[in-house]
Amino acid sequence: MHELAICQALIDQVTSVARSNGARKVSEILLDIGPLAGVEPDLLANAFPVASAGTVAEGAVLNVTPAPVRVWCRSCELESDAKVNRLVCGQCGDWRTELRSGDELLLRSVVLEDAKSDPPARRPEENENV
Amino acid sequence: MCDTCGCNVTPGNRDLAEGRQATQVLGNLLQVNDNQASHNRVHFNGHGVLSVNLMSSPGAGKTALLEATAELLEDGLRIGVIEGDLETENDADRIRACGVPVVQICTGTACHLDAHMVHDALHQLDLDTLDVLFVENVGNLVCPASFDLGQHRNVALLSTPEGDDKPAKYPVMFRSADLVLLTKRDLAPYMPEFDAAKAANYVRQLGNAAPILELSSKSGDGMEGWTSWLKRGVAELRDNLGLPATTGA
Ligand SMILES: Nc1nc2c(ncn2[C@@H]2O[C@H](COP(=O)(O)OP(=O)(O)OP(=O)(O)O)[C@@H](O)[C@H]2O)c(=O)[nH]1
Ligand SMILES: [Mg+2]
Ligand SMILES: [Zn+2]
Ligand SMILES: [Zn+2]
Repeated sequence: MHELAICQALIDQVTSVARSNGARKVSEILLDIGPLAGVEPDLLANAFPVASAGTVAEGAVLNVTPAPVRVWCRSCELESDAKVNRLVCGQCGDWRTELRSGDELLLRSVVLEDAKSDPPARRPEENENV
Repeated sequence: MCDTCGCNVTPGNRDLAEGRQATQVLGNLLQVNDNQASHNRVHFNGHGVLSVNLMSSPGAGKTALLEATAELLEDGLRIGVIEGDLETENDADRIRACGVPVVQICTGTACHLDAHMVHDALHQLDLDTLDVLFVENVGNLVCPASFDLGQHRNVALLSTPEGDDKPAKYPVMFRSADLVLLTKRDLAPYMPEFDAAKAANYVRQLGNAAPILELSSKSGDGMEGWTSWLKRGVAELRDNLGLPATTGA
C-alpha cells in the first residue's frame, strides 16, 4: 500500500514545519483529502502511528477533512456535485467537465507545542468581529 | 456567529492554550515527489525524449505490448524502457532480448514507482540515443496513479479478460490516462461479454476525452493506431521544444 509512503512524506513535511518554528512537538495535523486523490484516509490513519514513531509527530491527532467532488460544466458554465466515477454535469449530464474539487491531497495546518516563533494566524481577541 | 459552541472556530484562528500554535501550511503532500518529477521532465525535454508511463493491473499485457512495439519500430523510433517490478528481472530480460536498452527497478515491497526511482534509472540510460522512453509501472490499478514520474503521457491498459467496468472501479487511474488501450482483443471471440463501447463510456463518465484504442500484441491487430499515436507524440514534443523532427519518425 502506498499510504505508508505518503505518510512518510507527510511526516517529513510536518517535521520541517515544526523545526522551522522551533516546536518541540506536534499535537494535531489537519489534512484535506479528496476521494480522487487515490489515498484512503483510513489506511493513512493506520500507517500513521508506525510512520510517526520517534518523530515530533508521534502521538499527534490526524484530522482528515474529506473534500467534496465538484465538477464544472463547459456548456452550462455551472458547478455541480458529482460521484467519483460519474464526473458528469449535474444539470445537463454532459461528461465534458473539469474537476474543481475532489483530488486534493493537502497538508492544511499543524498545531505545534512550545513553538518559539510568533503565531502567524490572528488571535481571536484581535478580531473586531468577536 | 456564535462564540460559545465553537462553530466559528476555524483551524487558522483557534484560541489555543498557552504554548500551542496553529500553523497554516497548505502544502501538497507529494510536493517532494512532484519536484523530483519536474526535474525528470527537464531531463526528458533536454534530450527531446517523449516519456510514457504504462499503467495497468498485473498481467494486462504491458511487457508484451513493449515487445511487439520494439519489433514494429525497428527502423522507426528509437525506444528505451525503465521496468518497474516488485521482485524479478523477468520483464527486463524480455525487453533486452528485443535489443532495446532497459533499466530494471526492483521496488521490493513498494507497489508503485516514484519520481526518485525513475530519476536514478534515467541516469543509467543514454537519453541522446532515444526518441521514446517507456516506464512500465508496477502492475497495480491503484497506487501508481498518485505518483507523478515526470512522464509526458499516461497510458492505461485494460485487457479483455479483466472486464469492461474497470474504469468505473478504478477512477483515479483511468481519469489520469491520456490514452486507454483495450488489450488482448484477440480474445474477444471467447469473451463476448467485454463490451468495448461500454468500456469507452465508463472512461467518458470520468470526464476523460482520451482516445481509446483496441489492439492485440499477439495478433498485431490495431498496433498501427498505437505506433502512430507514439509518433504523433514525439513530433508534438519536438515541435514544442523547437527541435527538428526526429530522423526515425
Ligand atoms: N492472448 C493474448 N495474450 C496476451 C496478449 N498480451 C499479453 N498476453 C499474455 O498475458 C500474460 C501477461 O502479459 P505481460 O505482458 O507479462 O503483462 P504485464 O502487464 O507486463 O504483467 P506485469 O508486468 O506482471 O504486471 C502473458 O502470458 C502474455 O503472453 C495479447 O495481446 N493476447
Ligand atoms: Mg510486465
Ligand atoms: Zn452542463
Ligand atoms: Zn537528474
